[in-house]
Amino acid sequence: MLAYSEVTEFSGQVGDFKVKVRKRPRYVDQSRCTACGACAEKCPTKVPNEFNFGLDDRKAIYKDYAQGIPSVYTIDPENCRVLKGQKCGVCAKVCQAKAVDYDQKESFVDLNVAAVIVSTGYELFDATQIPEYGYGKLPNVISSLEMERLLSAGGPTKGHLSRPSTVRGEVRLKDLAKLIKKAEKSEDPTELEALQAEQKRVEHQVHKYHTAKKLGFIQCVGSRDFRFHKYCSSYCCMHSIKEAIIAKEHEPATESFVFYMDLRTVGKGFEEYKVRGAKVSGLQYVRGRIAEIAQDEDLNPVVRYEDTEQRKVTTMTLDMVILANACSASRGIVKVADLLGLDLDDNNFVRTHPNRPLDTNVPGIFTCGCAQGPLDIPESVAQASSAAARAAETVMTGGQALAV
Amino acid sequence: MKDQKSSDVRIGVFICDCGSNIAGYLKMPTLVDYAKTLDNVVFVQENLYTCSEGGINEIKEAIPRENLNRVVVASCTPRTHEPLFQSACEEAGLNPYLFEMANIRDQCSWVHMREGEKGTERAKGQIAMAVAKAARLRPLNRIELSLTHKAVVIGGGVAGMAAAMALGNMGYEVDLIEKQDRLGGLLNDLNLILPTHEPPSVLLDDLIGRLENNPKVAIRTNSTVKKVEGYIGNYVVTAATDGNENKIKTGVIVVAVGARVLKPAGLMGYNGDRVVTHLELEAMLKQGAATPKSVVMVQCVGSRCEERTYCSRICCMTAVKNAILLKENDPTTSVTILYRDMQMYGVENEDMFRRSKELGVRYVTFDPEKPPIVEDGKVDVYHLRMGKQISMPADLVVLSTPLIAQEDVGEISTMLKVPLNENGFFLEGHVKLKPLDFATDGIYLCGNARFPSTIREAITQGLGAASRAAGVLSKDALHTSGIVADISPETCCGCLGCVQVCPYGAINFFEDRGVCQVNKVLCKGCGGCAATCPSGSARLDGFSSDQIYAQIEKALAG
Repeated sequence: MLAYSEVTEFSGQVGDFKVKVRKRPRYVDQSRCTACGACAEKCPTKVPNEFNFGLDDRKAIYKDYAQGIPSVYTIDPENCRVLKGQKCGVCAKVCQAKAVDYDQKESFVDLNVAAVIVSTGYELFDATQIPEYGYGKLPNVISSLEMERLLSAGGPTKGHLSRPSTVRGEVRLKDLAKLIKKAEKSEDPTELEALQAEQKRVEHQVHKYHTAKKLGFIQCVGSRDFRFHKYCSSYCCMHSIKEAIIAKEHEPATESFVFYMDLRTVGKGFEEYKVRGAKVSGLQYVRGRIAEIAQDEDLNPVVRYEDTEQRKVTTMTLDMVILANACSASRGIVKVADLLGLDLDDNNFVRTHPNRPLDTNVPGIFTCGCAQGPLDIPESVAQASSAAARAAETVMTGGQALAV
Repeated sequence: MKDQKSSDVRIGVFICDCGSNIAGYLKMPTLVDYAKTLDNVVFVQENLYTCSEGGINEIKEAIPRENLNRVVVASCTPRTHEPLFQSACEEAGLNPYLFEMANIRDQCSWVHMREGEKGTERAKGQIAMAVAKAARLRPLNRIELSLTHKAVVIGGGVAGMAAAMALGNMGYEVDLIEKQDRLGGLLNDLNLILPTHEPPSVLLDDLIGRLENNPKVAIRTNSTVKKVEGYIGNYVVTAATDGNENKIKTGVIVVAVGARVLKPAGLMGYNGDRVVTHLELEAMLKQGAATPKSVVMVQCVGSRCEERTYCSRICCMTAVKNAILLKENDPTTSVTILYRDMQMYGVENEDMFRRSKELGVRYVTFDPEKPPIVEDGKVDVYHLRMGKQISMPADLVVLSTPLIAQEDVGEISTMLKVPLNENGFFLEGHVKLKPLDFATDGIYLCGNARFPSTIREAITQGLGAASRAAGVLSKDALHTSGIVADISPETCCGCLGCVQVCPYGAINFFEDRGVCQVNKVLCKGCGGCAATCPSGSARLDGFSSDQIYAQIEKALAG
């Protein structure tokens, strides 16, 4: 398995592809690292944790997430003091397996293969492109994946549904306490007053909205939208319902509203799950597209929309809004397609043959998962097996490109 | 393999620091000294990392040097490192099942970080339990079984054909069993496929032609499965072709029996004439029947209701396809689709949906509480978004009815011992992670037999099921795990309690002898039978009662 690696050169044809892979330096010897975590515990450099969307911090030596495979730590060269030429070396000192290697260099691996599978996945649609939804500006408007992290027992709030304004407010309160102590010693009372006013305001928000209980889920954010993606992202209706049900399981006082155009519950057991969401978890499905999200003085998102079944334009104040971001083609796919000679469709998904759903335009190169279009988990898993079958056919026939 | 008597049990205990993960919180010298006092322990070693190359070598060297016949490692979770330590034992000539683990990291040092003293006491208890069990371990063996490198695919629709093609291309002999007189299943009855506008015969002729020319694939049309015996690697499928029975030996079975369209008798005035199903409309279009001037299509007829709770996935796109074809054929035809949610998921469906609107297809949302009323020549419906009752003329009403399970799925499910869900679709091993597997090894699933799917999805799943099956066929032989259940025929009273709880269909009841027997190939060692058996006849090797009681006694002694 070549993790933390990328394809840099590609040539040849079915049965005989030549692939050059660049392994990025981890600055940790994978064969020695036992993933005990002592290095990260002692590392003095804190940086925002991308995996939790900056809702907590990680260290400069880190594992992306606990279950990552391979289970090995990596030094982030942008932030490591030693790699930036400063004095430190703490991780190397505490590592009893002697795995830290600041001098590690990138390396290259040459592969000769009969078939290739492209499964590069997707990216979350960047909701800042829809200014009327305020994502990135309104603290309590979050993406579906941020919601996943908030609901996760291993996430930044250990599964408690805190509002991002509360999580950040708590950090700010600690800073404010220090600043106020300092200001008390200074001569200038205006600064102290300003800090105390802020402290009061933040305290109010943190305490009043300790848990987000009134949730709005907004469907089709970037999907089914002519300005962005015309297509339906397939899985978002179900993940919003799932997130709402889990939130209710965690906090029984939770009230959730799902704002949708069509609730697409096409998978096995999905329609039943949706109905159970309403009956057992009390989810309310509201047919209508959100026009705009504003915010009140307590940082509560206020959504304005037309309820098309009630035939009225109205607003609703919520504790938190969760956007069902579209499934966008990954930005890196353009480079990969260029290297491999693949055709992409108008949405930058890998184009496949209409009757051969795993076959790209290049014989011997197959694709599966969200690289070829939005899919949910069971469909992706099924496709992965299918792509493996196509590759196995090619390998086992000594490189023949057979049709399905 | 050494022969062991309980009196000369010699246990070696390896205690891992896990860097500072364990040693940072627990008192390691105390644990080492304590382990030395335990019965049968002749050697104790502390390692910085037992799982590192150095630690593994220390185990491998100590076994012959100290003449060890049991090994205990006190470290992390067996889920990650048990196989590694077992293979170290095996390499040093010790049966790998004479190994036991105590998880003093995840279950002790990590959760008792602030209580080093008490945590150390607790770890002592865990080590004592592991040692007590180790003393009672018996060597176990993995049995090797032969494997027939052939496949049977049941069902010759597009999913089954794709599965057979892939397996044949990989070089395995395949028997493709089809009930009807021709391959192709439901696809034969369709008119045109979008977005290609091709008749299904283009796809079918190509696929069937290549299957017929594939020397590895034997096509058996007009054939039904009568009997299935055996288990993974060694099935015998009895198939009847025109009354003649054949016994086919096979290693794996792919279930691709498809589904059928619900005929909505008694619903919405269905009469098969002016009120028809989409399949019937396709037949009319195929024959070139004159297009009616006004068409109303109604979605979710017989689905998403109390009787059939599921959404049938493909009916919305079928309706949109047919609406487009009607409009393309004659733009003056009025087409209205009455729907609840248009399920046009993905890229192509949404494109098709948009195209239909461009062509002037009208969409009206209805409330399932106030369903449309179909009368002669018109349809009345409460227009949910206008909030009023409307009436529209309809020369032809087309009902979107769901795909439902085949009539004989019950028999197939019984023969293969694989489950169905409440709607008669076959139930996969795991809804997310094993969509094409059954819980029972050796049998795989694809196409409409699993759940309604599009042509592309059915082909994908057929190939996927082939891939899962090839994972078995590519092995030279099969091996059972050492940790399997066994039922003593002397004491078994044939109550079938174990058969009921076994999730893997691994236990058979032999009526002639009145006893149950475990198929060790299918057994996954879950222990459900051993826990259930009222007479204590079922036991799980590696977790026998004397071993577990010894652990419990140690746990309570502390």
